[in-house]
Amino acid sequence: MEQIPILKMGDYLLVTIQVDMHDRLALTLQDDLTEKIAKTRARGVLIDISSLEIVDSFIGRMLGNIAAMARVLDAETIVVGMRPAVAITLVELGLSLPGVRTALNVEKGMSLLQGAGAEQENVNGLGER
Amino acid sequence: MALGKDETMSIRSSEDVVRVRQVAREWAVTQGLSLVDQTKIVTAASELARNTLDHGGGGTVRLEAINSEARRGLRLTFEDQGPGIPDIELALKDGYTTGGGLGLGLSGAKRLSNEFEIFSRVGEGTRVTITRWK
Repeated sequence: MEQIPILKMGDYLLVTIQVDMHDRLALTLQDDLTEKIAKTRARGVLIDISSLEIVDSFIGRMLGNIAAMARVLDAETIVVGMRPAVAITLVELGLSLPGVRTALNVEKGMSLLQGAGAEQENVNGLGER
Repeated sequence: MALGKDETMSIRSSEDVVRVRQVAREWAVTQGLSLVDQTKIVTAASELARNTLDHGGGGTVRLEAINSEARRGLRLTFEDQGPGIPDIELALKDGYTTGGGLGLGLSGAKRLSNEFEIFSRVGEGTRVTITRWK
C-alpha cells in the first residue's frame, strides 16, 4: 500500500512529504502518524512540506487535524519549509492554519521542539519544589 | 478572442484530481504565469476538481490557453452532471459545507481567480469557470 514514511529521531517523529498526495493518501498519513505518536510516545512531530507545490483546503485540514490529535496525545507538531508562494495562496484561500505551529526549516523546527521540551521540564521542576 | 490549446480531462478519482493539478501547473507555466499566480490557479483547480468529484459525482475539466493580442491566461471549466447547487450564494459563503470539509473550496477558488463564473441547476449539474490572467 502507498504510504508516506515516518522517521523516528529520538523523542521526535519526522515526516517529509515528497509527493503530490491524493486525498486518501493524506488521510492515511493522518492515521499512521496518530498511531505512531501513541506507539513511540513521541514528544513532537516535524512535518516538512518544502516539496509541496500547493497546500489546498484538504491538506490544510489534514495538517490541522494532525496538530490537534498530536496535542491530545501530548506531542507538539511543527510544520516546516512552507514555500512563500504556498503561504501567500493559503492565506488568500482563507486558511491560516490555526493551531499549527510553523518554522522556516527542519533545523529551526527541531530547536523549537527541543525548546518546548526543556520548557516543559522546567515547569515540572518548579512544580515539585 | 484568439484561443490557443484546448484539452478536456475526466475527473473520476482522487488520482485524477492530482493529475488535474499537474496538468494545470504545466499549462500555467506555458502561459507565462508568475510562480505565485501558478500556485493560485493550481490550488483553485484542486478545490474545484475535488468538488466535481465529491459533490458532482465526477465530471470533466476543460483547459484553455488564452492567447489574445491583449493578454494571455489560463481558463479552466469544471463541469458535472451531479445534483446541482440549490443556493449558490450560500455555497459561496466561507465556512459553508455539505461535505464535512472546511467550506473554503468554492469561495477560496473564487478569491484565487481573476474571473469566476458559476452556473448550476438542481438535478442537472454544475459548471464553474475560472480564469487567471498573466
